[in-house]
Amino acid sequence: MAHIVIIGNGISGVTAARHIRKMSNHEITIISGETKHFFSRTALMYIYMGHMKYEHTKPYEDWFWKKNRINLAHNHVKTVDFKTKTLKYLNGDTLQYDKLILAVGSKPNKFGWPGQDLDGVQGLYSYQDLELMEMNTKGVQRAVIVGGGLIGIEMAEMLLSRKIPVTFLVRESSFWNNVLSPEESEMINRHIREHHIDLRLETELKEIIDDGSGKVEKIITNTGEEIVCQFVGLTAGVSPNINFLKKSELETDRGILINEHFETNIPDVYAIGDCAQHKNPPGERRPLEQVWYTGKIMGETLAHCICKNKKAYNPGTWFNSAKFLDIEYQTYGWVYAEPKEDEESFFWEHQDGKKLIRINYKKESKEVTGMNFFGVRYRHETCVQWIENKQTVDYVLEHLKEANFDPEFYKKYEKEILVKYQELAS
Amino acid sequence: MTEEKSLSIANPHSGIDIIQKIGVALAAIGTIVLLIAWADIKISHHGALLALSITSILLGSIIYGVRTYLTVPEGIKNNNVWHSSFTNGGVLGWLAGIILTGFYIELYWFPSLLGLGADGAKNTGIVALFDPLSQFIKGQPASQWFVYGTIYTLLILALGIKFMLKYRHNRYQLIRTIVVIISQLFLAYLIPEILEGLNTKGGYFAKDLKYMWPLNYYFFESWHLNNMVDGGNLGKFYLVWGIFSFMIATPVITYFVGKRWYCSWVCGCGGLAETAGDPFRQLSSKKVYAWNIERWLIHSIMIFIFIVTCVVLYGYFTGSDTFLGLSIYSHFSKPYGFLIGSMFSGVIGVGFYPMLGNRVWCRFGCPLAGYMGLVQRFKSKFRITTNGGQCISCGNCSTYCEQGIDVRWYAQRGQDIVRASCVGCGICSAVCPRGVLKLENGDTERRDQPISMINGKIELTN
Repeated sequence: MAHIVIIGNGISGVTAARHIRKMSNHEITIISGETKHFFSRTALMYIYMGHMKYEHTKPYEDWFWKKNRINLAHNHVKTVDFKTKTLKYLNGDTLQYDKLILAVGSKPNKFGWPGQDLDGVQGLYSYQDLELMEMNTKGVQRAVIVGGGLIGIEMAEMLLSRKIPVTFLVRESSFWNNVLSPEESEMINRHIREHHIDLRLETELKEIIDDGSGKVEKIITNTGEEIVCQFVGLTAGVSPNINFLKKSELETDRGILINEHFETNIPDVYAIGDCAQHKNPPGERRPLEQVWYTGKIMGETLAHCICKNKKAYNPGTWFNSAKFLDIEYQTYGWVYAEPKEDEESFFWEHQDGKKLIRINYKKESKEVTGMNFFGVRYRHETCVQWIENKQTVDYVLEHLKEANFDPEFYKKYEKEILVKYQELAS
Repeated sequence: MTEEKSLSIANPHSGIDIIQKIGVALAAIGTIVLLIAWADIKISHHGALLALSITSILLGSIIYGVRTYLTVPEGIKNNNVWHSSFTNGGVLGWLAGIILTGFYIELYWFPSLLGLGADGAKNTGIVALFDPLSQFIKGQPASQWFVYGTIYTLLILALGIKFMLKYRHNRYQLIRTIVVIISQLFLAYLIPEILEGLNTKGGYFAKDLKYMWPLNYYFFESWHLNNMVDGGNLGKFYLVWGIFSFMIATPVITYFVGKRWYCSWVCGCGGLAETAGDPFRQLSSKKVYAWNIERWLIHSIMIFIFIVTCVVLYGYFTGSDTFLGLSIYSHFSKPYGFLIGSMFSGVIGVGFYPMLGNRVWCRFGCPLAGYMGLVQRFKSKFRITTNGGQCISCGNCSTYCEQGIDVRWYAQRGQDIVRASCVGCGICSAVCPRGVLKLENGDTERRDQPISMINGKIELTN
């Protein structure tokens, strides 16, 4: 029986702990300085918006951990001595481990903007960030959000729920268009504006100005415009939270470097989740994956590696989902902003401008490579099977309704979609 | 996180605009008329005042709903639910709960306090206010039950419309709510009241077609059976229908679509819960211990009513007033009627909406829900399916489950939700930000294991 210590009680670390417990009798300790218990980070926005309280974001009741013999340490790790396998906490206490799992997550990116550390300027990743945002947004007349990605639009939605006017600075020429195709991106631009968010495309933050007391007074954009605001949300992505490990012998780049078994360069030390950087990412996946379900898969696979036999990280066909204000988004397979050279793209948009379906496929073989769905829900399993079985776009469009996952009585659009495809094809 | 301790019913951060205020004020005027009558302050022009009250409650709710929901893009509207003391189990919620509970106590045990005239005396108070409407519909002075039925129906109608405005993007919610409103308005209210007025000679029997045993706990009591048997063709029809509906229709329909066809589509208790009770759905406890209480309580009550029914049938067929030396009335019918029929389903069931959520009765008490729950759990095509690996464990589904099901626990494992208590309201599916949940009646096996995705595909685990 070994003592397995996990730093980080996010989805990756907790999934690893749960599966190690299922498969073994190892002693397990999860350390987190953020919160005592595991909560769903993806739900932070809903706490602010009053949809839920913190306690609702905990996927397991508090008795779960004791019952499953998982020790919880609410503490901050300051340093790791890999030679003696000892952790040192901020308060000076130490802890010995036999195997160490680093699941330390991310931190918001700050790109060295002047004024980025003023009061009222913050990112949103942790529970503490949420508490800070609660404080920072009291009595605010206008907020500025910098960075047009998933956290940016979530933060805008949060502020809207408190009726705080939002100016949203997006560097790109259209929202998230490094990921979304032009039509999708334009649809979201429209939807953002429909919610009375002041969307500024091709606009970057140049400087945040102090009001003289260390608080934000206004910002200046790259076009020289001044925007008076009392809150600035920095949402230009996240990066691994590994500063406390940078000076050690642990091999890092942007994240902690790992092989397909999550092994770092140091024996008995593993890294999973947001903080891990795959040396050989599978398929077309990126080396850093800050996605909920990949954290789950990494955690479960690592538990196998530790308790049973080594398994390689194999997350399968790419998929993801998000919600842009009121518009739900699901994606299966790879749909790049610009189709690859050997690919063609078919899309259909509903006249209400809030539903869109895109299917990318190989020009020659017509094999489907990826699908984007906006405003209509589709079945993960079926879509991924089509892609893996190299079904043609014709087959997929003819069978699309079989994958529809919208609630009962919803209007179905598959016929209309097929007609549009056939018209284009002929 | 600091708790918001606002006393405002309205969203504490946004305030409400003038048109919304007009809506609230109108509904408040209508409510105040009812309260004045309840307080037995002498008023005249009952007919006009009642019309004013009903119209302003209806109109006020619609104005408020239209202004609140139609001026913003369609979508989920749960902002600040946990910030308002009306909906977070705070001071205003408790206040509303206490007033509601008080009303129920008077309704069941002290109808004279509501103004019911004893022994043929003229009605006063709130009951008198409803006399003109009762005269119009059935040619009799109002009873406290007529008052209750009217207010109940009005609430389902007014707040059902508000609910539909709130969920206007969701066709499942729209159709379900239209059906629940129509069921209440016609099946539970107008048709029975009109029939009651036409059928003044015979004794009373329940005329709500969907109010079946064992929810209708007195169905098999001797007086009720006798009144149906003596009630002409209508009475005999209700007798046959009452037996057919719980014995045949209920299990068959529940097999095909789950108990939702009843609980969240036609039932009156469910109708009130889904409309007037919607702002309180998040208050149900999701803890495992609450689930344990639920299972013990609801099934005990099922056994209780089963025993009571056997005993009253014994009394009916033997003509005896006693069973094993015990009075059937005071040892069986009366305790059930008092404890379960009145106290639990009425006082606690609705009075405690703002404290324990809107489905306390349906979840912990209703023996009909318990019966259909067993069918749903063990022999039904109904399930809530989860969408592969898309769940992000956010908890919206569990939070807004009025039945206290920890939906997320299943969704994050990729497991179908097959639970006796699910009433199929569909709100978990609506509030899910990732499109993970779908209510379905499927021919395939219900997936009762979690999935694993570590082999690059979705596989069932054992």
